[in-house]
Amino acid sequence: MSLRSPLGAVLGTGAARGAVHHWWVQRVSAVALVPLGLWLLISLLSLPLGDYVAVVNWVARGWNPVLLVLLIGAAAWHSRLGVQVVIEDYVHGAGLKTASLLLSAGAHLLVAALGIYAVLRIALRSIG
Amino acid sequence: MGARPLSPHLGIYRFMHTMSLSILHRFTGVALAAGLVVLAWWLLALAGGETAYGVALGWLGAWPVKLLLFALLCAFLYHLANGLRHLLWDLGLGLEKHEARRSAWVVVAAVVVAIGLFGYLLFCPAGPQP
Repeated sequence: MSLRSPLGAVLGTGAARGAVHHWWVQRVSAVALVPLGLWLLISLLSLPLGDYVAVVNWVARGWNPVLLVLLIGAAAWHSRLGVQVVIEDYVHGAGLKTASLLLSAGAHLLVAALGIYAVLRIALRSIG
Repeated sequence: MGARPLSPHLGIYRFMHTMSLSILHRFTGVALAAGLVVLAWWLLALAGGETAYGVALGWLGAWPVKLLLFALLCAFLYHLANGLRHLLWDLGLGLEKHEARRSAWVVVAAVVVAIGLFGYLLFCPAGPQP
């Protein structure tokens, strides 16, 4: 039997192992983001960013679209968890806190979906 | 709320330089959340075709935006370096007070060097200058 209320489960707040899961996922995504983040940084710095064709080809080439999707997923997840803690600490009042948490979760999901959609669109277009 | 006993909060502790690193970690984390939006927007513009990408480049190439992007780079480097420090703590390493204070200075030094290096690469174009 779970001691977690259904609302608590939805919000990702409250007791009963939610915190351990939060802690663990934040660390796993952090570890993944070390190589992925450095890879993106070095790639962006070595790319001729003003050259549309070169940048599109880079996004579509080899493992790059896969790494970009993984990066966006890990970064959005990590960011969602981090921003959640900041909201829990600094936004007061149950209503405003809940609204902020939902807004942040939704915004992170939307940004991740848009970013992944853009990568796939570029990568698949160059195949088709 | 006011009458209930509370655990010790920030205001009760003497300020230590390690505290500013902790605060900066949160601050740069939130800034990087905004950076993720920029990354997604840039990729969407790229997917939208050459014209859309040109418009995005026009925005990203403007000087105030360039400075913000450089600030984002600094935020990334700091969050990365201090994040590694956090991960070492999670492994149970460097938790003694004197160790945590020393690793704080290591992070600051590493980030200053990295920012200097990337700043040089970005703002000083390669090749001999006249």
